[in-house]
Amino acid sequence: MFFLDTYQIIKHQGKQYIPDITKPVLPDTYAMGRPVISNTITDDEAKAVAKLCPTSAISDTPISIDLGKCVFCKECERMLGEKKIHFTNDYKIATNNRNNLIINASDNATIQIDDNVVRKEIRKIFGHSLRLRQISAGGDNSTEWELNACSNVNFDMGRYGISFVASPRHADGIVISGPVTANMEEALQICFDAVPAPKIIILAGTDAISGGIFAGSAALRRDFINKYSIDLFVPGNPPHPLTFINGVLDLIKKKNKLLSGM
Amino acid sequence: MKKYIQISNAEPVDIHDVPVLRYEDFCDTVIVLLKDTQAHIISYHAYKHQGVLRFIIIIAHDKTCLLYVTAHELYLQFFKAIHSLVPDIPSIAMYEREICENYGIDFIDHPWLKPVRYPHNRKNKLHEIFNYPFFTISGDEVHEVGVGPIHAGVIEPGHFRFVCVGENVKHLEIQLGYQHRGVESLFIDKLHPLQRMILAESVAGDAVVAHALAHIMAVESIIGYIPTNRIQISRTIASELERIAVHVGDLSGICTDIAYQLGSAVFGALRTPIINYIQSWCGNRFAKGLLRVGYEPYPLTTALLSNLKNVLQVFEKKYVEISDKTFSQPNVLNRLQKTGIVTTEQGLLTGATGMIARTMDINRDIRLTHSYQYYLTSKPDKAILEDGDTYARSKIRDLEIRNSIKYIYTLISALEASTDNFDKYRDNIFGYTLPANKLVVSLTESWRGETMHAIITGTTGEILQYKIKDASFNNWIALAIALRNNEISDFPVCNKSFDLSYCGHDL
Repeated sequence: MFFLDTYQIIKHQGKQYIPDITKPVLPDTYAMGRPVISNTITDDEAKAVAKLCPTSAISDTPISIDLGKCVFCKECERMLGEKKIHFTNDYKIATNNRNNLIINASDNATIQIDDNVVRKEIRKIFGHSLRLRQISAGGDNSTEWELNACSNVNFDMGRYGISFVASPRHADGIVISGPVTANMEEALQICFDAVPAPKIIILAGTDAISGGIFAGSAALRRDFINKYSIDLFVPGNPPHPLTFINGVLDLIKKKNKLLSGM
Repeated sequence: MKKYIQISNAEPVDIHDVPVLRYEDFCDTVIVLLKDTQAHIISYHAYKHQGVLRFIIIIAHDKTCLLYVTAHELYLQFFKAIHSLVPDIPSIAMYEREICENYGIDFIDHPWLKPVRYPHNRKNKLHEIFNYPFFTISGDEVHEVGVGPIHAGVIEPGHFRFVCVGENVKHLEIQLGYQHRGVESLFIDKLHPLQRMILAESVAGDAVVAHALAHIMAVESIIGYIPTNRIQISRTIASELERIAVHVGDLSGICTDIAYQLGSAVFGALRTPIINYIQSWCGNRFAKGLLRVGYEPYPLTTALLSNLKNVLQVFEKKYVEISDKTFSQPNVLNRLQKTGIVTTEQGLLTGATGMIARTMDINRDIRLTHSYQYYLTSKPDKAILEDGDTYARSKIRDLEIRNSIKYIYTLISALEASTDNFDKYRDNIFGYTLPANKLVVSLTESWRGETMHAIITGTTGEILQYKIKDASFNNWIALAIALRNNEISDFPVCNKSFDLSYCGHDL
């Protein structure tokens, strides 16, 4: 009996994993993909959406959307219509170059990792295995849930040799979520110092990249973020597991090896 | 003179209608009201206005389904101390600590006015997060174990200080505040309604619907917008989907902590179809952006509804299978039963709310007693257990998931029968302003428990105070109590079975 019903459950679950993590297509309704901005937007329209944007992610003259600040509420798309601003289902929006997160009118290229900026040791040392210590510094627990989901049976990040570890001593880098509160500043620094070099810093979620809706709050202290160079920006509110995993794979160049090897 | 006013959930009143009593009368009134075990404190907070500190208490009565509100005042120039109510009402302790931390009011005879969350605008800046005054016990065999703020897993930060004899926990103290982002003061600083909406969605990212809905109900009631039946039903569906998604994810976490691999993997996988459904509905797996004031950004179309039925059917079958297996597995029961017990009496004394209260035979559920949206018309089944142990905290999730599935089918039929038009996006949708001198208290029941957003506006409609209370604020103390005389190794599963919010507490 014991084995039979356990077997039944496993059988009913079937294969849960996504065979190729670089390939899934999210539905068109997905709200946190790369936006496309039409060049037909007038100055008045640009001003109106810039004023509407809750996190000042939109600049007018000329219009652009900064995905590092965007909370993906899509109110700008709703105001001007899909033809003017459209958030696509392209979830591969992580990059190591902060400027790549700024989308201008008529930009329709995928967001890339800037190979010239990636430190040599990252691909050499972490190309086969990467252990990460996650630090929530004011994160609202949605990013934390998604980072946990990266290791579940669907996304199964562990198969690429990437996982979260308990001790910073065992880690190759840190993943920060949340806008970095003043009360977490010291703990964040101590944890980062405990990670042996070379080490990387990944910012997961809009809150971590720019403060998001909390930017400017007196309760934050973002000196840590400004002090170090950041190796990967993963936008999203919260970032989708596919965005995170693909971003990390691109950073350490695991993907090419893996696809050719399998 | 009236001692208090009675209002309903999300019913705005003129702030001048709230009686301001002498402190002695205030105490007498509150003590009398709370003698009734059907009554409990929703919130007791203060705000400063023109040199006067006004204290407002909101008490919920579960039988009359009303909220009782009353107030008292202090002239800050002259008074800095009042008598504590804790000797008469122990569950008020946390609220007095909070007021003390924010405004420097000394509550005489309060057992220990410790800091609560170290907010950026606290009165005493000498209180810093690294010098928290922990309770200590001395003795030859006593030792302390400190855990956090950063924990082993991918979770939010908080510090846990265990006082142990051997492996036995004699006392646990939980120190929070690491997540403090200044949410309440940002609600005052951010002037655009959309900014406030986004802020409400970010209070706790695992209870987005509950917090967003509490904000929406507060604002809509105060500006006089009455949502159609259709909107109310779809908001209620969103609330129940959020409950299912988090509960099933938590069951996975509980199984992980007791090393039951099958449950951990299968419950974890079962969370995916629910949150992916939410994503297909609104584009975000956590329902951020799904709810808005005054309209329905993502109407539940016929296609979405039939998809929901399919998702639930497949989910239910797989869920029942693994849940029946898990809750009949001797090694699972052995780890959960009689672990981390909190008694009914302890729950009542500390003012436990929500799902945690319902595991200790305390029937507190805002959906049933202070109904809102479609819960007013049709109510889900009640789930209540009495043992207050880790098993009860797991089993109640199982019961609530099953109840929610059943209830969502009712909601779907109601929506299909609805003839309301979609309340679509209109120009100038954010063009409303709040009326002057209003108080509104809006309550929702998240999967954790009662979630309060209370707004007080000033003479020009500006927000004087925006107060939020997450159920975690009441329930953290229950986790500390649960650990007493338990093995320290039982902490992870106890903590997961409560799954309280750090950011919802720290704000």
